[in-house]
Amino acid sequence: MPDSTSNLRRRKFNFFDAIEKPTEWLIRLCGWSSIIGLAAIFLFIFKEAAPMVPRLNWVEFFTSPRWIPNPAPGNEPSFGALALLVGTFTTTFIGLMIAVPVGLGAAVYISEFAKGRVKETLKVVIELLAAIPSIVWGFIGLMVLGPIVKWVFTAEPGSAWSVVMVTLHLATADSGASQGTNLLTGGIILALMSVPLIVSLSEDALRAVPDTFREAALALGANPWDTVRRVLFPAARNGLLAACMLGMGRAIGETMAVLLATGHNNRIPLALTDPVRTMTATIAAEMGETVHGDAHYRVLFILGIVLFVITCGINVASDLIIKGVRNSNKGPK
Amino acid sequence: MNPLQPSSAGPVANPFASTAFERRKSRAAARNQWLMFSFCAVLVIPLVLILVDIFIKASPLFSLDYIWQNPVNKGKGGGLWAPLIGTFYLVVGSLLCVAPVGIFAAIYLNEYARGGWLNRTISIAVTSLAGVPSIVHALFGLGAFVLGMLPAVNRLFANPNNPESKWEAGLLTASLTIAVMNLPVIITSTREALGAVPHSFREACWNLGATRWQTIRTIVLPNSLSGILTGIILVVSRAAGETAPILFTGATYFKFIPDSGWGKLFPYSIGEPFVAMSMHLHVICTQISKMPDVMKYGSAAALIALILLVNSSAIALRVWLRGRKRW
Amino acid sequence: MSNQQSHIELRKVCAYYGAKQVLDNLSFTVARNTVLGVIGPANSGKSTLLKIMNRTLDFIDGARFTGDVVVGGQNVAALRDPSELRRRIGMVFPLPVGLPLSVYENVAYAPRRRGITDRTELDEIVERCLRQSVLWDEVKDRLELLGTRLSGGQQQRLTLARALSLSPEILCLDEFSIAIDPVTTMRIEEVLRELRKSMTIILVTNLVQQARRLADNTLFLWRGEIIELSPTELAFSDEPRDKRTFDYVNGIFG
Repeated sequence: MPDSTSNLRRRKFNFFDAIEKPTEWLIRLCGWSSIIGLAAIFLFIFKEAAPMVPRLNWVEFFTSPRWIPNPAPGNEPSFGALALLVGTFTTTFIGLMIAVPVGLGAAVYISEFAKGRVKETLKVVIELLAAIPSIVWGFIGLMVLGPIVKWVFTAEPGSAWSVVMVTLHLATADSGASQGTNLLTGGIILALMSVPLIVSLSEDALRAVPDTFREAALALGANPWDTVRRVLFPAARNGLLAACMLGMGRAIGETMAVLLATGHNNRIPLALTDPVRTMTATIAAEMGETVHGDAHYRVLFILGIVLFVITCGINVASDLIIKGVRNSNKGPK
Repeated sequence: MNPLQPSSAGPVANPFASTAFERRKSRAAARNQWLMFSFCAVLVIPLVLILVDIFIKASPLFSLDYIWQNPVNKGKGGGLWAPLIGTFYLVVGSLLCVAPVGIFAAIYLNEYARGGWLNRTISIAVTSLAGVPSIVHALFGLGAFVLGMLPAVNRLFANPNNPESKWEAGLLTASLTIAVMNLPVIITSTREALGAVPHSFREACWNLGATRWQTIRTIVLPNSLSGILTGIILVVSRAAGETAPILFTGATYFKFIPDSGWGKLFPYSIGEPFVAMSMHLHVICTQISKMPDVMKYGSAAALIALILLVNSSAIALRVWLRGRKRW
Repeated sequence: MSNQQSHIELRKVCAYYGAKQVLDNLSFTVARNTVLGVIGPANSGKSTLLKIMNRTLDFIDGARFTGDVVVGGQNVAALRDPSELRRRIGMVFPLPVGLPLSVYENVAYAPRRRGITDRTELDEIVERCLRQSVLWDEVKDRLELLGTRLSGGQQQRLTLARALSLSPEILCLDEFSIAIDPVTTMRIEEVLRELRKSMTIILVTNLVQQARRLADNTLFLWRGEIIELSPTELAFSDEPRDKRTFDYVNGIFG
């Protein structure tokens, strides 16, 4: 019987085995890549923003809507980012107002009620919607949705619709929306962009609820809608909340779509159809005009830091919330 | 009245019949179901209509020339060749940077550092990186690659007497920026693919004397290829569609490339600005006055078609590979 | 003092999963070309014992062991690269596993990793091992069949064939019969009777009668401690060394 030692002598050289040790070192190094990347992002942005950090009037930054980076000669520039902050949060708010109910409803429908081909088709459609790039959404906001919004919110001064619009703060001027790209359009576009993300994450959360929960509810005589409302939503609560938070994070960080769809106006919006500007759009639009190293340039990087901190915070929070799911949703074995 | 005794007064009442309360609730349940279906419809139908509208408005341009010709007259006429080829090289460049690193990182997470705090920390870093806004990635690319890396590269490689040899923001810096942005995509999809391989396979191999690395390269990786490919296709889709990260890291609008010859296929070197589809769409919608609408619709339609094509092939690939499962 | 005849020797071996101790002060020897049956209720540490022997315990997070494990004169714990050790020890698991390769490549897996690429050599190894594990007749015309598509009993015999592919000196079986049908179990037991003439076999089983049929010596492990280690006849007699052995073997506690 041949023994295993004779096999030793017949060992042939294998390239992939020879590079095993260096490859494993490379693997270990790459494992750290995301930590390195995240740290690098923060470091390099902070490096560009740092000289301005002590010089910036932080009170003005957070409380004043006067964003004048290129004043007339002889005046000091002022960097009041309040209008930008308000722009970001109002567009996100409107976006979420629409996206959360629609997204959760669609997720519930796809997860619990749709069957077979309908379910597969819907899932494919949602996936394709999620893939549409933000510049295309901006295009839709600018060229398609904008004119529609403008048409809806236009009226003869003095007509009934005009009075309704002004009283309800739907428009500032008697004649209606001054342009089609405004807060409302931007909010709707953000909603359309966030819904696929909310749907897919919520669907994952609902799918993670053990079937035994559904079976128990049915055995007690609940109809499917009752099951959803009283059993699934509470059970998947953490995952659903995390889905909405990540949707919010996406909306806050969105750049190109809001750049094209919200108009170009650095004032705090007073009505639904006023043009606004978000922090993200400001950076994208104004960076090209700055001189490397001057105050405007550095303040844009400071805006970047603010965005980075907000979105990282949202991500870490939703990660912690999801972690709570794993511990509480273990169900009967 | 004893329900078990047959009633002498006419037909027996059906104990399983629904009461008025239950009927009301059933109607409410059905209503809610239709409501949620209408949410899906409200989401899907207008979007399909919008997309159809865009393609209809762009249809005058549909011809092979539109793809093969370069833009003419600041983009007011001509085709999309320069942006298309630029996007192609951007995609290839980003993939070359991100795929090896991301795959190896996922291997580390799933095969080598399974439990413990390191795995947890890296996972949080991956999720956080995924949530970073695209404009922040643009700022990072500007600060790190354009302002940090390029001067160092130029000091080492460029000839100070030859201004042509100086590297500027272009394919290299933009690819690196897009690569960093898409690292979480590759890591997550590869990790899922690796995790789908049953642990029992690995144990069987270890007990036969195979090392961790041998097991990974002979059993785990070959059986994860479908998930890895899906991740790669997702990166292709995002690299082709993203605009913000390339705004300050190498993309431009006004660049002329040859209309024929080798220069048409290899127009950009990695150290000079290039044109990309996403940037092209952005500029013609916002910065060129008197741009004919049809050109805007054409560019949008082309980009949408490209993205839908790429993502549909990812979905088709997934379905095909699911049928070829080996366990 | 090491016995020239002993193939495997354990000295004061303790094993831990994190803070939990699963094996306590195990010391015993196994002579060459004998069958050691290891019996005991669930969670006694029987599988852990096997994992220590071929150092696959390394792959479990938080697991470690202390003490000396000597295989063929070589201290196992000190080995920096245990791959060679694992090639000298064949292992069969409770649940049948077919690698997602063809049947041929399943059996050729370990030789290939060893560096053997010659086709005739591999053919010979594959046929020999499949014959030894009584699977050859069923698959000889379908060697390209995917290993995962075999039945449970076939996959368990395939696992045995893989384990034999490098002609190991030691064969370990961890409750190999729990997921397969009685007929296949019987056939594998016949194979083991053949193999015991040329290799040392450690048979962990929860079927005490299996140990009685096959083992030369029987080790009764309970809660990580050796209750009894004696020749099988003595262990299964009415007067084993420890009364608890009698109780367990006769089903008084399980």
